[in-house]
Amino acid sequence: MARMKFLCDSERCIECNACVTACKNENEVPWGINRRRVVTLDDGLQSEKSISVACMHCTDAPCQAVCPVDCFYTTDDGVVLHDKDMCIGCGYCFYACPFGAPQYSQEGAFGARGKMDKCTFCAGGPEEDHSHEELDKYGRNRLAEGKLPLCAEMCSTKSLLAGDGDIVSELFRNRVVRREGRGESWGWETAYND
Amino acid sequence: MTLSKRKKMMGLTGLIMLLAIVLLPMTGYISTGFADTEIKQVEIKVEKTNPRADYWRAVRNNTAGYTAVKGRETGELIQGSGEVWRQLRNGPIATYGSWLIGITLAVLSLFYMWRGRVELIHPRTGKTVERWTLNERRMHWITAGLFIILGITGLSLLYGRMVLIPLFGHNGFSAYAAIAKWVHNILGPVFMVALLSMIVNWFSNNFITKVDIQWFKEFGGMVGDNHPSAEKLNGGEKIWFWSLTTVGMLLCFSGLVLDFPNFDQQREWLQLSHLIHVLTAFVLMSFAFGHIYIGTIGTEGALEGMVTGQVDTAWAKQHHDLWLKKLEDEGKAP
Repeated sequence: MARMKFLCDSERCIECNACVTACKNENEVPWGINRRRVVTLDDGLQSEKSISVACMHCTDAPCQAVCPVDCFYTTDDGVVLHDKDMCIGCGYCFYACPFGAPQYSQEGAFGARGKMDKCTFCAGGPEEDHSHEELDKYGRNRLAEGKLPLCAEMCSTKSLLAGDGDIVSELFRNRVVRREGRGESWGWETAYND
Repeated sequence: MTLSKRKKMMGLTGLIMLLAIVLLPMTGYISTGFADTEIKQVEIKVEKTNPRADYWRAVRNNTAGYTAVKGRETGELIQGSGEVWRQLRNGPIATYGSWLIGITLAVLSLFYMWRGRVELIHPRTGKTVERWTLNERRMHWITAGLFIILGITGLSLLYGRMVLIPLFGHNGFSAYAAIAKWVHNILGPVFMVALLSMIVNWFSNNFITKVDIQWFKEFGGMVGDNHPSAEKLNGGEKIWFWSLTTVGMLLCFSGLVLDFPNFDQQREWLQLSHLIHVLTAFVLMSFAFGHIYIGTIGTEGALEGMVTGQVDTAWAKQHHDLWLKKLEDEGKAP
């Protein structure tokens, strides 16, 4: 089985935000929520670098560890998903996540949290594949269609890579060797043990 | 002076002058020599680090960048303190919290088996005095009821996954937890108001005096047969009051930070508040068990004071003699 991973090549990202837009459109992400975001460090300086970040689908996922109702599960592909029917909107996954992935639709006064929403690696949720409920709650299930996440598919510079971790790191390694630089697989140290 | 000697002198002087020209400007290096070598070492160190590694180190240190996505802390790439929070919550807090509750209950049961109930020494006189007014009793029972509800719903979020999911299943527990979270969030601020009203109303009765220190020295009459003097409130009640005033308020304020995420609190604040909230809750819960024990099965006649408002004068004489004396002096006692 493949172990799905994201990798953003910071030497290539041009901060076009196409990944953010593609994700939002493909998954019909609720208002006020962006499952993916592009962060630019040292903006305007020579050392400027941009990175696209979303849920990294961690091996030992902190969100999964702290969830009081245990609504997270890891698929055979290593994708971390959650059951919105069980989610109580306590916010603990948001406290624990290093990447700031979990977000909540606002429900009621004083910022009361609704169900948590995050990147699904375009793998839908626990509902039946391609069902209306799945699309409604979690967005498209592209993995079930044999496709990869749309953010990476749409990336104009092929900076954002998504797919089997072995293939992704092979691609990235070749790039690093060709450009004779040091490689930095962003966030992998935090997200993956394997 | 001969010509050759003169030439020799000129040559020597010239040589000295040349040496002086070369060497004198270099004397500055002697004074700055040591400092200079240190600076050079630092420079070398900086050159040796990998600029790219420094860059990623900045990312790990929560350095925020620019992002088009607006929202709370969206500019941060990696936020490290969540991992600390997770380790503390799932590790020592969950473990030692349950130990604290368990040990408190065990100690109270053992104490009851050893000491039994503190009975009234003298028979009831049948005459009563008013100990708590109706408003005081309302305040007490509202706060107490809320405390128990908040305690149970709060513990459900911490231990439910471990204890209740095996009993009710995932969906059953989730349905309960959704209600528990809602109840906890709504009743929390109400509890704070109730607690504050108690603190304000009973503040003046709770200053620790010499009588209380003597009371502590005699273990409040819990051990042995002597009954130390006490005012309207004894030393133990005053300690309970001051823990509610300090620890309780900390519990309430940390709860407010968690309850109102609409002010865009940063995650560090939420994590810290959560830890304070759990720790203070455990401290108060173990104190509350003690308070409930002494107020119910531990002492004969204590509960009726808070239920009916009236206590027998025999009870008042035994437990709060100075208070009864004051009432008698004021002519309020029968």
